[in-house]
Amino acid sequence: MTLRDVIDKLLGRQPASANTAKQRLQLVLAHDRSDLNPELLQQMRREILEVVSRYVEIDFDEGDVTLETEDRVTALVANLPIRRAKLTVPTAAPEAALGTGLSS
Amino acid sequence: MVAASTRYILICSGKGGVGKTTLTANLGIALAKQGARTAVLDADFGLRNLDLLLGLENRIVFTAQEVLAETCRLEQALVKHKQEPNLALLPAGNPRMLEWLQPDDMRKIAAMLGERFDYVLIDAPAGIEGGFRNAMAAAREAIVVTTPEVSAVRDADRVIGLLNSEGVKPIQLVLNRVRPKMMANQEMLAVSDVTDILALPLLGLVLEDEQVIVSTNRGEPLTLNGNSSPAGRAYTNVARRLQGEEIPVIDPSKERQGLRAKLGRLMQTKIF
Repeated sequence: MTLRDVIDKLLGRQPASANTAKQRLQLVLAHDRSDLNPELLQQMRREILEVVSRYVEIDFDEGDVTLETEDRVTALVANLPIRRAKLTVPTAAPEAALGTGLSS
Repeated sequence: MVAASTRYILICSGKGGVGKTTLTANLGIALAKQGARTAVLDADFGLRNLDLLLGLENRIVFTAQEVLAETCRLEQALVKHKQEPNLALLPAGNPRMLEWLQPDDMRKIAAMLGERFDYVLIDAPAGIEGGFRNAMAAAREAIVVTTPEVSAVRDADRVIGLLNSEGVKPIQLVLNRVRPKMMANQEMLAVSDVTDILALPLLGLVLEDEQVIVSTNRGEPLTLNGNSSPAGRAYTNVARRLQGEEIPVIDPSKERQGLRAKLGRLMQTKIF
C-alpha cells in the first residue's frame, strides 16, 4: 500500500487506476495462460476441497484455491486453513495422491 | 539459400491500432539510414498500410504473390525508397487476392529476401489467426508492440504465448504511446508493471507524440529527416539497440523534475 492509497482511503476517493489495472490484468492473464475458465476452476476447487476434507476439517469460509502468475509461470495455489484433523481416516481412497500436489 | 546473418524480425501486437505498422516503417527507415540493407515485408495484405506510412502507395505494381507465381522477378516487386535506397518494401499480397499465402510461401519469400538484405522486418496483421501464423512462419525473432492499456497487454500476452510455442526468440518489447504524466499520477500502468507482467526485455519506449500523426499524413516516417521529436528519437534508439548498441531505456515518469513530480514519487512509496 502506498502513501497515496492511504490518503485516498481516508478521503473516501477511488484509488489510482494503475494498480486496479495491474491486478485485473494479473488475474485475467492467469486464466488466459492456463486455459482454465472460472467455471472449471470452481469445479476443481470443489473437488479439491472435497478430497482434503476427507482427511481434515477445513475452514470453508477462509479456504481459497486460486491461480497466481509470476514470470509467465502460473501456479495453482491452495490456501486451506485446517480446523483439526479427522480422527477416522477413510480407508484407501485412490484420490489420496492428489493431496501431495497441493501447497500454499 | 538463406544468408545466416540476415535477421528476420516479426513485428506484432495481437491488438490492432497499437502502432505495429508505424514502428515497422520508422524502424525500417532508421536501420536503412544506419547503413543496414533492410526489407520491410507487409504481411497484412487484407488491410495493408505499410505502403501508405512509407509514402510508397503509388509505386506498388507487384507483390510477393506474383514473385511466388514466377510472373515477375523479386527485383520487380521490391519497391525501393527514393530517399533511403537501403530500404525496400515488399507487399505480401493485395486485398483482391482470394487465397491466403501459406506458411511455406512466407518461408520461401523470406529466404529470397535473405540473399540481399541484412534485416527483414515483417509487419504482422492484428489477431492471432491464420494471417498472423503465416507472418510468424518467416520470422526468427520478434518485437512485440504494446501500449500501457489492459486490452493491449492482454493481447500481447497471447501473442507471446504463441511465439514461445513456435520457438521464436529473442522476443523483445516496445512500449508505445506512453504518457509520462499519467504514469507519474499512477493513472497508467507503469513501465515496470508491463515488463513484469509480460516478462520481456524492453527494447524501446515511445512517448505519445502528435508528430506521429503528422508524419503519417505526409507518408514520411519521423526517422527519415532526422526529426528530433520524442517518438522519432525513440524509434531511432530502437534501431540502434537492435544493432547492438547499448543505450539505456529511460523511464520518463521517473525522469520528471520539479515539486509536483517529487510529490508524485513520494506518494508512490510503499509504506506497508
